[in-house]
Amino acid sequence: MNVTVKLFATFRTGRFGSETRTYGPGTTVRNIIDELSLPEDDIGATLINGRHVEEDCELQEGDTLSIFPLVGGG
Amino acid sequence: MEKMGDFLRALADGDLISWHHQTFAAKYFSMSLPQVERIALEAGLLPARYQRNRKTITTKEQLKLCRSHVAVIGCGGLGGYVIEELARLGVGCITAVDPDVFEEHNLNRQLYSSPDNLGRPKVEAAHARVANINPAVRLIPVKVAFSKLNGFELLQGVDVVVDALDSIPVRMELAEISAELNAPLVHGAIGGWYGHVATQFPGENTLRKIYNRSVQGRGIEKGLGNPAFTPAVVASLEVAEVCKIITGHGTPLSNRTLHINLLDMEVEEIRF
Repeated sequence: MNVTVKLFATFRTGRFGSETRTYGPGTTVRNIIDELSLPEDDIGATLINGRHVEEDCELQEGDTLSIFPLVGGG
Repeated sequence: MEKMGDFLRALADGDLISWHHQTFAAKYFSMSLPQVERIALEAGLLPARYQRNRKTITTKEQLKLCRSHVAVIGCGGLGGYVIEELARLGVGCITAVDPDVFEEHNLNRQLYSSPDNLGRPKVEAAHARVANINPAVRLIPVKVAFSKLNGFELLQGVDVVVDALDSIPVRMELAEISAELNAPLVHGAIGGWYGHVATQFPGENTLRKIYNRSVQGRGIEKGLGNPAFTPAVVASLEVAEVCKIITGHGTPLSNRTLHINLLDMEVEEIRF
């Protein structure tokens, strides 16, 4: 299935901003985080089609997954 | 009060009352400048310093701002710009809370820091600055670290709370206390070229959603720091939210977050 993965802020460095990628059925948000080697402690929000989701959420054909890093400075 | 209103009307140029006449009236009636400003606005007069606001903010809305009390929690990168803009906007009472003094590494971005101010409490510098730029508004400096223990007392009677903190766990405490007090909370956070803004209205659980994965750690700012422009941008967005909440004008960021990327000049809206 095709999933568009959008990375934000520092997660783009050495990776990409937006890419449509191919995954097998049952792929979860966690699987994609691992595949992209995104540091666990830096992850702020994960969204599918603009809605907040947990990491065990499975992706469907045509979904857009957005991953934001944690930002907390002032 | 009525006498004072008539006095100000007699001095006004149309519906504008000059700073010179405001200070004259304060001396003549032995009143404070904030009192005079409020009476002027209640009499339908606009202090001339706000005349360039008037196509954006009506005199009635300016009175709402004058009667409001905003707490700014954190007076560093975000907080300095937030306080500056609230004071120029004419928010009548600002409580500024921060335990720290200025250090050299603040000089790249914190509005009230300067080589002369190193070692000076941030809230004290904010107090002096506001007294200088708009003596018709009151700033209450509180040199403590916001916590669960003092939060209820600090936010008592506050209309809007501004989150300008730099710690995610303390932000969560602030969000909880604001919710319990039914106070809208304007949240902003920054790191490097990036930041986000959101407003949590009573009954919403926005901060818990934003930081649902990690409420203990620090964000990308720990590695990136913050340059001069990111706090200015995010603080300005926070103040625009405060202005809309108080005046009842426009569409605040309820149940949505704006993510700002200044490196690629992109803005992404996330809805909850």
